[in-house]
Amino acid sequence: MTAVEAPAAKPRRTFRESTLGQIWTGLTRSPAGFAGTVLVLAIVGFSFIGPLVVDQDNPTDTSMIWTAPSGEHWLGTQYEGKDTFTILVNSGAEPIWVGGMAATMAVIVAVVLGSIAGYFRGRIDALLLQLTDVTVTIPQFLLMIAVVAFFEDIPPWGVAIVVGSTMWAFLFRSIRAQVMSLKEREFVEAAKLQHLGTMRIVFREILPNMAGFIFVNFVIAVNQAIYAIVGLYVLGLMPSGTPNWGLMIHLSWQNNFFLLPVAMPYVLAPLLMIVLFTIGLVTMGRGLDQALNPRLRDR
Amino acid sequence: MSETPLLKLSGLEQVFDTRKGPVAAVGGVDLEVKAGKVLCLVGESGCGKTTTARAAAGITRPTSGAVEFRGKPLTAMNAAERTEYRRSVQYIHQDPYAALNPTRTVYSTLTAGLKRHGLVKGRTEARAKAAELLRLVDLTPPESYLDAYPHQLSGGQRQRVNVARSLAMDPKLLICDESTSMLDVSIRVSLLNTLGRLRDELDVGFLFITHDLAVAKYFAWDGEIAVMYLGKVVEHGPTPEVIGNPQHPYTKALIGAVCEPDPDLAKANRSAEQLRSAEIPSLHDLPAGCAFHPRCPAFEPGVCDGERPLLQLAERRNVACHVVARDRRRAAAPDDRTLTFDAVPGSRRPEPESAI
Repeated sequence: MTAVEAPAAKPRRTFRESTLGQIWTGLTRSPAGFAGTVLVLAIVGFSFIGPLVVDQDNPTDTSMIWTAPSGEHWLGTQYEGKDTFTILVNSGAEPIWVGGMAATMAVIVAVVLGSIAGYFRGRIDALLLQLTDVTVTIPQFLLMIAVVAFFEDIPPWGVAIVVGSTMWAFLFRSIRAQVMSLKEREFVEAAKLQHLGTMRIVFREILPNMAGFIFVNFVIAVNQAIYAIVGLYVLGLMPSGTPNWGLMIHLSWQNNFFLLPVAMPYVLAPLLMIVLFTIGLVTMGRGLDQALNPRLRDR
Repeated sequence: MSETPLLKLSGLEQVFDTRKGPVAAVGGVDLEVKAGKVLCLVGESGCGKTTTARAAAGITRPTSGAVEFRGKPLTAMNAAERTEYRRSVQYIHQDPYAALNPTRTVYSTLTAGLKRHGLVKGRTEARAKAAELLRLVDLTPPESYLDAYPHQLSGGQRQRVNVARSLAMDPKLLICDESTSMLDVSIRVSLLNTLGRLRDELDVGFLFITHDLAVAKYFAWDGEIAVMYLGKVVEHGPTPEVIGNPQHPYTKALIGAVCEPDPDLAKANRSAEQLRSAEIPSLHDLPAGCAFHPRCPAFEPGVCDGERPLLQLAERRNVACHVVARDRRRAAAPDDRTLTFDAVPGSRRPEPESAI
């Protein structure tokens, strides 16, 4: 073969070609995906950066109980005369990071185990399938309630582990099924013929084909996990230390605040946050799906 | 001619267990491929060509028989030899759409193996090598293909990328499984010419599977053709002999089935002997004796349906046919009318360099 002069090699990839760049363009290209991303980022920023900006001094003030929204108190005050907006700013962080952590855990476990089970089959597959059968039959919420009731002072990361461990089984099943189908495709055989190595084939050849699916499931898992943890707070099963959305709903419900017209900002604010965050996540998931699929990415 | 063949299949059998019982997709095939030579495997769909090729490529393990690479059986190889075999024997898939990973760019597909085996260092060198490979398969300028995804390429371009990927490993033997059947005619010829260059210049051996006799004739004129029918080789010999003067009735039928644009020749073709049935017998229940006898125009009761015919030397090639064997035994007398079909189209020798 003739020696070939070096082509005009591009030694560095531009931002647009890097994975992060692709995700970014995918998220920002479609209006819905962009709106979802903005919404999610706004709520995350509100909940994590907000507490650093907003004055944390929020004393109980009996003269200010249930005042209407005003310039000083944007969402009015609550039953102790504290500023509702400050409470709301401080309430988002915990559900979001616990939900994110639980979802990350569930997705990582499901992806790793699902790929291994689907690719290698055999005994390990049978064993893991049995395990998911057991996991799936346990009612998730009851397990969480039982665990939370048993360990009274459970830390938030403990809740994340409990929530995550009940969520991985379904995703495991779908990942396993997809890997089983993908591994029969010819490009996997071609990779085998090139002796690329099993781990590389599973995680670099097969897995990227499911990237969109995995990300969308991650987003759904974050959603579920937030529901779960907020649910535990609403039921009053969690130690009521840090302020969060669930606790706000719990108080509104326990003390019948929703019967009080002037309490509406306090009752509705956490609900609105959860609804907006959910909508944002779902639309962002759709954008991500497009961003990670080269076929949808193009135009 | 006594050099060790690159690839040797001996008594290769592949039996699949299905719900309806065992299916012998390949039933005892002996073939050899030498360096720089082409062995063409032809036959209709389902006759075991691909199964044979997959066993030869080491993708599946044959149920019995041996695959030898440079005189060493696959089963007796140690890890290093197996790696060497893996690299030296590359398989080009039929379907260019399925054989490329949709999430990887051409560059990434081409260099994955090279990087993995430490054949290139650094990004610049990898890109240069990938560009060289693309140039080898006439995808020029390479820069405009390197960062493309498979879905942005046409079928022909994808198939070339496929070929380029197998060439990346510097193969000694290429197994092409209908690798040109998905391409349009002009691209097919240029790809065949590319492969032919490899054969002539780099001494790459080919196991070339096709159902297109024109392709076989074009690419394997200096090589051999093995005609398969229901898992067995029925005729095997040098290409000019097999195509120019087919002996086995099945080979004749295959050649007779080639479309003929010349109306006079087409008429002659119609008058040539027709198969008695177009139906392929089920592999679950092979006919007794010669598996071809229910369809064979030369079928003679008592001769063909008794026992399996063996490959026997006849007219500078091997043929597995009772009738041919009997006629040869009889024929010290040269009255051999039944077996020559001068009018069969495709039996005219083409000029070696003529287009298909």
